[in-house]
Amino acid sequence: MRGNGFMEKQKQKKKVVGLQKRKAKAGYAFIAPFVIGFLVFMIKPLWQSLNMSFCNVELGAGDFKQTWVGLTNYIYAFRVDPEFNRLLVEELSRMIVYSLAIIVFSFFVALILNQKFKGRALVRAIFFLPVILSSGVIVGLESNNQLMASLAQTIEQTTQGVSVTAALESILRTAGVGVRAYEKVFEVIDNIYDVAIASGIQIIIFLSGLQSISSSMYEAADIEGCTKWESLWKITFPMISSLFLVNWLYTVVDFCMRSDNGVIEKIQKVMVEQMQYGNASAMSWIYFLVVLAFVGITSLVISKGVYYYD
Amino acid sequence: MTDMALAQKMSAKENKKKTLVHQDKDFWERNRLSGGYLLQKKIMDIGLSIFRFILLFGMCFMILQPILNKISVSFMTEQDLYNPIVIAIPEHFTTANYRLAAELMSYGQALINSILISLTIAVLQITVCTLVGYGFARFEFPFKKFWFAAVILVILIPPQTIASSLHLHFRFFDILGLFKLTTGSTLNLRGSALPYYLMSAGCMGLKNGLYIFIIRQFFRGLPVDLEEAAYVDGCGMLKTFVRIMLPQAKPPITSCFLFAFVWQWTDGFYSRLFLGNTKLVSTSLSRIIDSLGAYIQRINGVKTTISVAYSNCILATGTLMIIMPLIILYLFAQRAFVESIANTGIKM
Repeated sequence: MRGNGFMEKQKQKKKVVGLQKRKAKAGYAFIAPFVIGFLVFMIKPLWQSLNMSFCNVELGAGDFKQTWVGLTNYIYAFRVDPEFNRLLVEELSRMIVYSLAIIVFSFFVALILNQKFKGRALVRAIFFLPVILSSGVIVGLESNNQLMASLAQTIEQTTQGVSVTAALESILRTAGVGVRAYEKVFEVIDNIYDVAIASGIQIIIFLSGLQSISSSMYEAADIEGCTKWESLWKITFPMISSLFLVNWLYTVVDFCMRSDNGVIEKIQKVMVEQMQYGNASAMSWIYFLVVLAFVGITSLVISKGVYYYD
Repeated sequence: MTDMALAQKMSAKENKKKTLVHQDKDFWERNRLSGGYLLQKKIMDIGLSIFRFILLFGMCFMILQPILNKISVSFMTEQDLYNPIVIAIPEHFTTANYRLAAELMSYGQALINSILISLTIAVLQITVCTLVGYGFARFEFPFKKFWFAAVILVILIPPQTIASSLHLHFRFFDILGLFKLTTGSTLNLRGSALPYYLMSAGCMGLKNGLYIFIIRQFFRGLPVDLEEAAYVDGCGMLKTFVRIMLPQAKPPITSCFLFAFVWQWTDGFYSRLFLGNTKLVSTSLSRIIDSLGAYIQRINGVKTTISVAYSNCILATGTLMIIMPLIILYLFAQRAFVESIANTGIKM
């Protein structure tokens, strides 16, 4: 009797293990394309480009030759190349300022778009238009549009440089408030168009988070006498704090890959025009490592403040 | 019996009327009862909605303005561009800009190529990413965490990092030295679209990590019971996936498909790297100013510098022409798109 039960249990266990095994196999079958692709088209090229960054690469007729040169390419990127250092620092600081601005802006817009008002569908459609219209080549073309730039200049000249931000800035400056931080803020405000068109996806992500918060929470808070402002900080903020992390990651990465990014342009130029594959690989590895370190540190800091509701 | 019911109905109606009257009754009276709170609230509500309207109107205008500006510029003659009085409505209306831009970009052919490539790439990418996303969401297998970290890594690595080695990889393409043994030389796959299709099938195309992530998040949110019921009924893994899970995943798949199509349409990086010789709208747009210079030189016979205003006018026209199909697509799909992505519930 007992033995029988034991046997049965064993059998059942075996069955479960069998199912688990089958599921594991099926799982691998499903993700097989990714695994193969990752090994062939990511790890191998990554390894090769790491290798190339330590080499001098020469293109031959039917093959390419690599000669080991050690750290020469890295030293070249930092000490010989006239632009690389400057571009790297510039792009990093631009990235920090703009990513912060994009996060704040998209959170704000998502809060507004989540409210109920007339014409919401239309406004939403317009705000997500940049997702479609400001990708790939169009961003690069947009950013060096000289016609717009000259138009802005003309306007500035005819109005003698009177703009709201300039006026505010001069007021603050005469009041003696810390100047450098404000300069950055005003720079962002003057370029609010760039911020707006880069924040489509982020708005969508925040919006989806806002819609997943149950309204009963707000009702309870309202009955307890919470003001709107308080419930924003005590309910909305913690509930979607995990999305801040997601958005931060997405924004930083998106910024790195934009085609009007100075470092990327530089790398492309070195690779395609000057055919210096070794140098280009070294530069892109430096850039990648810097960005990875930056992303790692900042997301560690942010994840400390993230609250998970389960 | 019926009388009583009728009477009840009547009284209910009366009651309703009463409360309605009560609600309608004198705003000021109720305001007085609430000690001025009602008025305060009403004023604040109206003020807020006016403020919101101004803010939203301004921001919408800011987003739309460049497009409107491009539309007005694209119909202007060169003469109008220099005329400081002409701002929005062209004085000499012309469609010559469109004809010129179409010729410079070889629009017809580029459009067909772009549609073909974007469509096939998007279908391929989303098919594969759906499979992989489902695998990550619903199965337990060894090293799952490791592979998912790899997905995140794919999102994080700028494709430029591996661009140079991919370039060489496909220039001297070989599978374990087989081609070199049999034919004596490696394959040169540069200039053909094959490498790009291979990469897309391997989830390493344009932003594929992101699609995997979104689709996985969606599948994770679905109840497990559905699949278990299907398994109990004797469905296999693949059949369950195709018949039960796939129909539910329409919203994220549509939005990812739209993303894939649109981003592929405007992509310059991968297109230049892999599809260099194929005429696409994105690559021909980025070269439009150079081709304008060449065109004018061919006509005049001498190298002349083109004015900034005119070249930008042509650029604006070209940009409009390549985003027009996208705008039409968006007009049809935007409702489904916005709703679906907002309901997907992306969470880390």
